[in-house]
Amino acid sequence: MKARVFVTLKPSVFDPQGQTIADALHSMGYAGIGEVRQGKYFELELAGKSADQARTLAAEVADRLLANPVIESYRVEIE
Amino acid sequence: MRFSIVVFPGSNCDHDAYHAAKHVLGQEAEFVWHKETSLKGADVVVLPGGFSHGDYLRTGAIARFSPVMTAVSAFARAGGPVLGICNGFQILCEAGLLPGAMLRNRDLKFHCEHVSIRVEHTDTPFTSRAQQGQVLRIPIAHGEGNYFADADVIAELEKAGRVIFRYCDDEGRITEEANPNGALNGIAGVCSAGRNVVGLMPHPERACESVLGSADGLVLFDSVVSHVAAHGAVSTAAS
Repeated sequence: MKARVFVTLKPSVFDPQGQTIADALHSMGYAGIGEVRQGKYFELELAGKSADQARTLAAEVADRLLANPVIESYRVEIE
Repeated sequence: MRFSIVVFPGSNCDHDAYHAAKHVLGQEAEFVWHKETSLKGADVVVLPGGFSHGDYLRTGAIARFSPVMTAVSAFARAGGPVLGICNGFQILCEAGLLPGAMLRNRDLKFHCEHVSIRVEHTDTPFTSRAQQGQVLRIPIAHGEGNYFADADVIAELEKAGRVIFRYCDDEGRITEEANPNGALNGIAGVCSAGRNVVGLMPHPERACESVLGSADGLVLFDSVVSHVAAHGAVSTAAS
């Protein structure tokens, strides 16, 4: 079973990397692109777990290590 | 008295801290590898600067789970003086021993330069010999020193006088121009609720001898030597 964890900066946190990417896209002529936020993506291989157990485990490691709740939030998908 | 300097894989200012403690101050100093569970009789614990675990994931995120951090936490909770410098500050934040987190510098550049910081409070073990409002000339060297915490946490820190160092100009004025990384309220260093754990992004251990361009960092080390002499050592099972 595979868990995908998406970690993103909280909306209140300024993202200078995302801003720089947005500026680059605008300078490339993509006028229709607004704000860009950069994040992190993790794939976790989980052995022999039900989807619920996998979700609980992925959330636990996201809480403890993958994301810092001071600046980030996360979302888990189970495959 | 003894300084225990914790060494993580990727620490690179451990020898600077050792040199300051041992050769400039003439105190005992010991390196403590991050896999150890004892602080070797520490009177003061220093988490030095560097790039622990290559800054993978987030700065300090992996190091906070090192075995030695259990002993560091126990020492801190018992009131022992703990100083986190740069990456050491980041590790203390990740470990929850200090509030907040460090974001990428707002200009996305690594800043390696001397800056001025103002001593905001002298009631910590590391600022007791400084003057309130004193301006220290100390180098920084970081890409992620942009201090952030939620607005209510910042308000609480300010109210409780837990902002210990703030970036300033040479006259001690807090200005946007003097802020090298975008840190909220110009915060360069904070302390714990018990005031014994202090973290800062600038490197006082690199500014302890005038031949290095500044000896202004010495006051942090002089302060803690005086503090331990006056208050005695903290004893924990792991120290």
